[in-house]
Amino acid sequence: MLSIKNLHASIEGNEILRGINLEVKAGEVHAIMGPNGSGKSTLASVLAGREEYEVTEGEVIFQGKDLLELAPEDRAREGVFLAFQYPVEIPGVSSTNFLRTALNQVREYRGLEPLDAVKFLSLMKEKMALVEIDQKLLSRSLNEGFSGGEKKRNEIFQMAMLEPTLSILDETDSGLDIDALRIVSNGVNKLKSDKTATIVVTHYQRLLDYIVPDYVHVLYKGRIVKSGTKELALELEEKGYDWIKEEVDSAATV
Amino acid sequence: MSTLTQQDTFQGLFAAAPENFLSIRTLGKESFLSQGLPAVKAEEYKFTNLSKKLENAIKSFSPALSFEITDSQVKSALFDGFEGDVLVFVNGLFLPELSSSIEGIEVAKLSEKPEAALGSIAKASKDPFAALNQASFADGIFISVPKKANIEKPILLLSFNKENVGQVIQPRIWIEVGDFAEVTFLDQSISLNDSSYFINKVVEIKGGVNSQINYYRLQNESKNTIEVSNIETDIQKDAKFTSVNISLSGDMVRNNLSLNLLGSNSEGNMFGVYLLNGKTHVDNHTNVDHTIPHAESNELYKGILADQSRGVFNGKIFVRQDAQKTNAFQQNNNILLSEDAIVNTKPQLEIWADDVKCSHGCTVGQLDEEALFYLQARGIDKTSAKGLLLYAFAGEVLEKIEEESFRNHVVNLIQERLGSKF
Repeated sequence: MLSIKNLHASIEGNEILRGINLEVKAGEVHAIMGPNGSGKSTLASVLAGREEYEVTEGEVIFQGKDLLELAPEDRAREGVFLAFQYPVEIPGVSSTNFLRTALNQVREYRGLEPLDAVKFLSLMKEKMALVEIDQKLLSRSLNEGFSGGEKKRNEIFQMAMLEPTLSILDETDSGLDIDALRIVSNGVNKLKSDKTATIVVTHYQRLLDYIVPDYVHVLYKGRIVKSGTKELALELEEKGYDWIKEEVDSAATV
Repeated sequence: MSTLTQQDTFQGLFAAAPENFLSIRTLGKESFLSQGLPAVKAEEYKFTNLSKKLENAIKSFSPALSFEITDSQVKSALFDGFEGDVLVFVNGLFLPELSSSIEGIEVAKLSEKPEAALGSIAKASKDPFAALNQASFADGIFISVPKKANIEKPILLLSFNKENVGQVIQPRIWIEVGDFAEVTFLDQSISLNDSSYFINKVVEIKGGVNSQINYYRLQNESKNTIEVSNIETDIQKDAKFTSVNISLSGDMVRNNLSLNLLGSNSEGNMFGVYLLNGKTHVDNHTNVDHTIPHAESNELYKGILADQSRGVFNGKIFVRQDAQKTNAFQQNNNILLSEDAIVNTKPQLEIWADDVKCSHGCTVGQLDEEALFYLQARGIDKTSAKGLLLYAFAGEVLEKIEEESFRNHVVNLIQERLGSKF
């Protein structure tokens, strides 16, 4: 589904990603872990099409298409979804209006009829239950005045509405209490299928107790330096990142 | 003083002035001649060089004449959903025969109302353009809403403007609203051609005790319109006046909007949106005079500027020594969409009382890139995403328009301009 080859990206002349290789197949869950500043969020942002990052080398093929050639909105319409680490507050834009505009633009791109108000509302109700989000929250301006947990839940709610093929969760767990974490993870798990894939970017292993990965990759200094299964995450939890850093840094000096 | 001020230039206007309101006109003329058109460095017109603009664009300083329009032209100019009464003007002149007769309201040409105290609210001495209008307006309208009248339907002041040789249109509007009366005015002008003309408008509004007055105005004329307006309102005790001014087009537009709070517990609101492109230049000068204790004023103007457009906002709040317990708030926010767009914004607070709550703030910024990316990342194309964000920015002002059909009309125009419908 997703094939990343030798991806290099920089921001303001600083190279952050230095040759990422990653293959993700339908039905898989990949966790990307790593110490702060290793490039995890950059990878998520580059995949979603954030313009500040310049891709200097490499390719990303998503379902046969050159993802890097597409505008952010077309990536979303093709089925890529980024759950933001810091969801943006947008005063004056109602959550409902925003979602209807987004959903109908995505549907149009996919050759589907736009949803009328009634169908849209019933779809919203169905998906709201999935992430246990309150209707009251959605009658407010987008993310405005939401708590950290509410914002993250709203991200997963949007994901549920847009039904992406590839979901990228950028530190969706950070700052969540255990209840919120459970709700968010439940939502993500219910949305998984053998036709979709998930990339979970996280600093902590805790989330992976709930969203169980098939593969765990450790990102350090812009490269994937270690890959394994969910046991690798447990090892990282126990030992921290220092041993990996040492391994990589000593190899580099040889 | 500009070369335009020479009496010769304006002689055509003065000579054509009717012989009514003689002492008022004389006062206006003297005041105009002593003030002159604003010089380049005149503080009040610093960013808006009208004198030069007029020199270049107006070929003949003589009054624009009335012309024929039909009932169907009037009907087709009404926006969707409008249900109210219409007062029709052509080149500033009131046309009773095409206007509604409004139950419970007295409406007449000014020439039939020699007792109107013109110039007593918008004083000629305060602004040269007000003075010029006072000296030489051709005719105007007198509107009187009696005591306790509750006029539920809005009254649309619908002006058709057309001139081929760049002449001067000088609307003069006198509105008095009796004690406890409630009324909403909509003010809209329509350009019938693209010629450059000069509108020099004066509106005086006198609000009685506990009156409730809304004055909503849409400026969406031809790209060659030069317009100056002086709209000034006096309100008494417990009265409330709300102005919403939407500017979407024009060449150079200057709005002087003044509000005098003359009785305690009165409330004045001045809201505005300017959404500009091309080389349109819009200057909003507002002035609130708190003369008495326990009055409140709120002001919110928002600007979106594209291309080489220019916006000016100057908000003056004057709190006199007696005006204790005043609440006065003012805010002006701007988004620049191009590197060539310019905004000059200036709050101007003069506070002589010592127990007041006053605040002001202004911002000039760009569209929030992070918000834009967020919307795009959800599948919304860039143009719609920008439109959604800009509309949300302006929406805070638009929701102040209580007249639904007019609000929808304005919202549609703005969404169309922003390239997105929701």
